Amino acid sequence: MPAITLKDHFRETHMFNVRVVIVLVLSLLSFLAVVVRLVYLQIIENETYTTLSEDNRFFISAIPPTRGLIFDRNGTLLAENLPAYNLELIPERIKNIDATIASLGEIIEITDADIERFKEQLGPSNRFKPIPLKTGLSDEEVARIAVNRYRFPGVDIAARLIRHYPDTGLMSHAIGYVGRINEKEMKNIDKVSYEGSNFIGKTGIEHFYETMLHGHPGVQQIETNAQGRSLRAFEQVPQEPGINLHLTIDAALQKAAQEALGEESGSVIAIDPNTGDVLAFVSTPVFNPNLFVTGIDHKTYAVLRDDKQKPLFNRALRGQYPPGSTIKPFVGLAGLETATIEADEQITCRGWYSLPGDKHRYRDWKKTGHGKMSLHFAIVQSCDVYFYDLAVSMGIDRMSNYLIPFGFNAPTNIDITGELGGIMPTSKWKKEARKAPWYTGETVIAGIGQGYVLTTPLQLATATATLSKKGKRMRPRVVSAMENANTREIQYLPPVEHAPVSVIDEAHWNQVINAMQDVAHHWRGTAYRVGKDAKYKIAGKTGTAQVFTLAQDAEYKENEIPKELRDHALFIAFAPVENPQIAVSVIVEHGGHGSSAAAPIAKKVMDHYLLPKLEKPAVKTEKAPS
Amino acid sequence: MSLLDVNVNEFGERRQSLAESLHIDLPLLMGILALLATSLFILYSASGQDMSMIWKQTIRFAVAFVIMFILAQVNSNTLKRWTPYLYVVGVLLLLAVLIMGEIGKGAQRWLDFGFVRFQPAEIMKVAIPLMVCWYLSEYPLPPDGKRLIIAIMVIAIPFILIAKQPDLGTSLLVAGAGFFALLFAGLSWKVLAGFGLLGGAAAPVAWYLMHDYQRQRVLTFLDPEKDPLGSGYHIIQSKIAIGSGGVYGKGWLNGTQSQLDFLPERSTDFIFSAYAEEFGFVGVLVLLAIYLFILARGLLIAVQAQDTFTRLLAGSLTMTFFIYVFVNIGMVTGLLPVVGLPLPLISYGGTSIVTLMASFGILMSIHTHRKLLPR
Repeated sequence: MPAITLKDHFRETHMFNVRVVIVLVLSLLSFLAVVVRLVYLQIIENETYTTLSEDNRFFISAIPPTRGLIFDRNGTLLAENLPAYNLELIPERIKNIDATIASLGEIIEITDADIERFKEQLGPSNRFKPIPLKTGLSDEEVARIAVNRYRFPGVDIAARLIRHYPDTGLMSHAIGYVGRINEKEMKNIDKVSYEGSNFIGKTGIEHFYETMLHGHPGVQQIETNAQGRSLRAFEQVPQEPGINLHLTIDAALQKAAQEALGEESGSVIAIDPNTGDVLAFVSTPVFNPNLFVTGIDHKTYAVLRDDKQKPLFNRALRGQYPPGSTIKPFVGLAGLETATIEADEQITCRGWYSLPGDKHRYRDWKKTGHGKMSLHFAIVQSCDVYFYDLAVSMGIDRMSNYLIPFGFNAPTNIDITGELGGIMPTSKWKKEARKAPWYTGETVIAGIGQGYVLTTPLQLATATATLSKKGKRMRPRVVSAMENANTREIQYLPPVEHAPVSVIDEAHWNQVINAMQDVAHHWRGTAYRVGKDAKYKIAGKTGTAQVFTLAQDAEYKENEIPKELRDHALFIAFAPVENPQIAVSVIVEHGGHGSSAAAPIAKKVMDHYLLPKLEKPAVKTEKAPS
Repeated sequence: MSLLDVNVNEFGERRQSLAESLHIDLPLLMGILALLATSLFILYSASGQDMSMIWKQTIRFAVAFVIMFILAQVNSNTLKRWTPYLYVVGVLLLLAVLIMGEIGKGAQRWLDFGFVRFQPAEIMKVAIPLMVCWYLSEYPLPPDGKRLIIAIMVIAIPFILIAKQPDLGTSLLVAGAGFFALLFAGLSWKVLAGFGLLGGAAAPVAWYLMHDYQRQRVLTFLDPEKDPLGSGYHIIQSKIAIGSGGVYGKGWLNGTQSQLDFLPERSTDFIFSAYAEEFGFVGVLVLLAIYLFILARGLLIAVQAQDTFTRLLAGSLTMTFFIYVFVNIGMVTGLLPVVGLPLPLISYGGTSIVTLMASFGILMSIHTHRKLLPR
């Protein structure tokens, strides 16, 4: 070793000791930096970080309100809330949603429809909200998920209340249904009220009374861990449940009416003419509204949508039908009121009518003609020629302007969402809507409720109710009382009266009503079949509405025509004549004749409603006073 | 008659205490035991009261204790003889890791021997200071330019190999261990300043050579709020845990950040945050005091060491330990970037405890093998 320089131990030791001191000082300084940092974090900024740690730990979550219940007029539950276990995913907390769903699919059955529905709800706006993947889990499924839950951060089982309609289909068109809030609805609703809610009324009463049924959410503080798993909940503000609704509908009557219609597609509306209370609101075929609550899958929906009988179509509310001969009592009343005819004035029916200078023959349903006809028998036997003549004599505008106050044109403003009105044509209407002049030929057929004239079953029923009460017009309604779900306090809603239909001569009412009574009770009446055995007096009018126009001279042979082209059968009625309690409109699509297809249905409904009352005449079964 | 003192009878003959005959340095042992006790205590809370983790950690402590005890018996001359072999074997193992190392945490750091897996980089934490001290102590100090360059090479080879794994934290730490050996050996301040300037100039180059995740760590360090749910999450949650602990802490087992899983890696790299949350500023001061005590004792052993080799070795091993502590606490408090180093003797995990205890064994050996003259 060429060690020329010798080690100087003293110098080395001295230098080493100096360096140790320097290093020690530097170390102390760096520890001091740490201490300063800790003073800053733990003492100066302690409050900030405490808040942040609380924010981590707690999150404020809304308690969705319990939706209001819906009862019929006798207290039968029609819409309730059932507890159900949902499998919910919080998108924000899941790294790979597809992989998570795939793994969940290995544990419990998850259908493509579930996934599709889930994806539809997956949007940028609700990444922090739990979105249900599968609803109504079975106990076994709940257990399977619970065991594997640690594997799935952001996945949770939630106990929720789900809307349920116990009488599947009975109320599908009146009450409607609730469904998941979609993106469009999301924009329109009050975000605060719907915090935590997944459902909103989509159709019918559920939609119309949404704000009342929904209630107001409560607030709770939930302690969670980093995976978002809820550990404890501290309730802070309780939820306010929605208002319970009491309907005017009589579920038993509704059922009777629905059964009377059977397999036919059509509608039955029964109204209490005194209050406007809708007693039965039937549109057939019905569908199962429970399918829509948790979200219907495309396949099931397609089956419903493509069904030829259109079960999703609310005929009672939105079906626009030519009223056919059921319009005749109203036209007759218009004739008397406008002094176009006298009640006992007679015309001769030869089985056809034609306008002066026109060869076209407007046929009567009775080829041989009715002979000499007064208004009374023209209604009883439903003579077409009489009303062709009357309509032409009156002119379309006078006739329509008289009929419109009965509510034939505009919607009735019933408290169910989605109502359509009808058409009571005037020359002005045609100029505006069709950009064409009015032709007298159109007046002819308007006289028997054909051509442009369209009414909804609901309009027909309310007009009949108005007729039965000799002009007193009540707004039809389905909700008569609201109940506070907490206090059980019931608030009755007063019936709403529209401006009455005024007449020049009160006797005109009786002339028309008498004729309608003879429709059911005179042996020549078109509805004698249902009237002859009735235990109460019925006033009615049959109607048959053409679905297509026959060629001139062609003959309508019911058995040779395919069902979907056959005439609609209609019937309007009220009873008892002397003290009307119920007004009914019945439409049987492609049912053929009003007398044979529609009138017996109306009879069954009226029997169901009136017979128990007639047996105990002393008891007034009116709804509680308002 | 304390165990800590060397007893001398009235005839001037030394009487050995029990600790001395076992070559154990009692003050150092006390400091270590205090840390190990703290470790088990906080680990019980941070692991969510998982007793199996406590047992595993206890077994590791026991194994590490045995290694420390054995090394304490080894005379520094024997150690000196082993040094080159240890260093060469360490470098070879690092090469082996690079060539056939298996994937662990996305990086190649581990060697699997079937019964035990370990990181060869850990060996270098002891081997580098040993090698540098061994080399430098043979010559007069401070080292001249040629020897300085050789010493730097001794440090640079394992540094590059470890950095390539890639494990920036450990590579910087082993480089630090070597650097302290150089510093204690009398590296001139001018050269040091030169290195500083060179380092500053090399920063852009280093940035270019860094892996994406390493760049990310630096970026996250500079602005953790930028990506609160991604790479910034660790440091944000750590600061929340520490800050919300306040002066007295939330109490043992009551830290919401750690108990509810918000604090990531809470039983390993971020155990300090869990500790600070539950025991507060006061608890942290106690912990820092224990670390300072060990630092002071280590430096005292260095100052009292009798030859250049042991002196340099004691100094650099002590400072390696200290750097470890400082980098970890600096990282969890947001003073330094997140480099992924455990908190010495507290964090859950095996290899770092074994190497640290091995260096404590060497320190004890240095102190208890001195040839003392009777007064």
